[in-house]
Amino acid sequence: MKRAGVLQLGQHVGKIVLIVLLGGTLGAALVRFSPGFGVDERELDSRLNEQSIRALRQRQVEENNFAVFYVHYLGRLLRGDLGMSRTFERPVSELLKERFPETAKSVGLSLALAWTLGFSLAILAVMSRHWTIDLGASLLAGLLMCLPAAAMALLFVLARAPARLVLALVVLPQIFRYSRNLLARSAAQPHVLMAQAKGLNTLRIFFCHILLPVAPQVLALAGISVSLALTAAIPVEALCDLPGIGQLAWKAALARDLPLLVNLTMIVTLVTLLANSACDLLGQRFRGHAA
Amino acid sequence: MKGARLAAIVFLMVVGGACVFADLLLPASYAHQFRDEPNAAPSSQHLLGTDDLGRDRFVRVLYGTRVSLLLAPAAAFVASLLAALIGGVAGFAGGWVQKGVMAATDLFLSLPWLFLLITVRAVLPLNVSPLISVAITFALLGCLGWAAAARVVCADTTSLRESDFVLLARASGSGGWRLLWRHIVPNLQSVLLAQFWIAVPAFILTEANLGMLGLGVAEPLPSWGSLLRELQSYSVLSGQPWQFVPLILFILVVSSFHLLLLKQEWSA
Repeated sequence: MKRAGVLQLGQHVGKIVLIVLLGGTLGAALVRFSPGFGVDERELDSRLNEQSIRALRQRQVEENNFAVFYVHYLGRLLRGDLGMSRTFERPVSELLKERFPETAKSVGLSLALAWTLGFSLAILAVMSRHWTIDLGASLLAGLLMCLPAAAMALLFVLARAPARLVLALVVLPQIFRYSRNLLARSAAQPHVLMAQAKGLNTLRIFFCHILLPVAPQVLALAGISVSLALTAAIPVEALCDLPGIGQLAWKAALARDLPLLVNLTMIVTLVTLLANSACDLLGQRFRGHAA
Repeated sequence: MKGARLAAIVFLMVVGGACVFADLLLPASYAHQFRDEPNAAPSSQHLLGTDDLGRDRFVRVLYGTRVSLLLAPAAAFVASLLAALIGGVAGFAGGWVQKGVMAATDLFLSLPWLFLLITVRAVLPLNVSPLISVAITFALLGCLGWAAAARVVCADTTSLRESDFVLLARASGSGGWRLLWRHIVPNLQSVLLAQFWIAVPAFILTEANLGMLGLGVAEPLPSWGSLLRELQSYSVLSGQPWQFVPLILFILVVSSFHLLLLKQEWSA
């Protein structure tokens, strides 16, 4: 059992490393073949002598070879050097250190709120067996799903409401919809009906016979919700002027600052993969319990 | 539920018809400026008033709706086609081809959608003509939105490959492309159709997000993204609630698409 767990962990780590390496190749290709690559403004500096300019050009010639560029890129990544942002003229790692806590705070708070509200609504809709509650909650979730995150952010700015709530409202309908469907399907199983007929306690029926069998899927949804919240962070932070990595990505996209944008995408992908893997591993433990 | 679906279909047909025949219905172009009437209130001449550049808002809403309503399904069609090709071939070939293709699909799915989209959008020129910007935006959606659908198609193709009728066809001498084309692809139609309808509202929402961030369709061509961006200049003091009409129309159209999807979701 322990060995199987270690094997699963190893598989997840291997998968993450492989995806990061492949993603790194794609990212490096985007940076290498982007317009303006190989142009160094320092060449225009009149204070540099002929030798310095030649040295700069020699370095660019080496980097023109994609394989050399990729090896250098990976080497720099391993040393924690994510390169320089063209727009901000600052190291990318420094910008990330500055901006990541803001996004982490927003995403953490919004996920906590979205899960509390969304999952509670799903439980209420399934357990109350009252069609008005189910319909009302479904309509609310449906309305929220039809609004683009950017429009919701603007409405919140106009209403002077806390912008972080928008992230929660983007994730909430997805959590409600999927968990409601999962719980409803689980509640309709014959063994649940049998438990109810035998007069078992409602709480016990819910936790042991409805929730436990769908715990792996609910945990998988938790992993996906991290990705959803991080994606929604771009329009929300950009339009609500929150200084996080979403706003940074937007500014980098408008200025076509690819080194910054590619590294941001890689970091966000890594966070998403870690969250998904953690949820998956936890879900497998629950699968064992449920079996 | 049947009545609601019927209402959604009728609503989409009315909106779609009005957009397609916008050229015949409307007197002015979406870029025409009524320079004496910027920020005008609704009137018989301008049903939804004019924007700050004096352009008729109703005309722009219809043209913007046309751009999104025609091109989002086109992008969804491209995405479904790519999904059919990639997922179908992977599921049919099986073995290491399937493993390799599904690993690539997993990689694609693990990249956060909007981050990936704006990264690839940033590689392409931003300062382009409106028509090229429309083509770039929706082509990107189509070319990058295939991964989730490909996974579903691959799983379905795998189960079809192992089904009895395919075994019988194989035993009768059918093989290779004939088997794929004559026996498997026709049975994938319902899955592909479902993936197509799932992609349409998702692409409309993504285009709106991109447009509001200034990374979508370029001015003066309207799209829902650029129409909703107008809300940035909305002020409660100016009291122009008709500025919210594009948002209301957007919600109605996307919810109509969701209503169409509901039956498939419930049956699944």
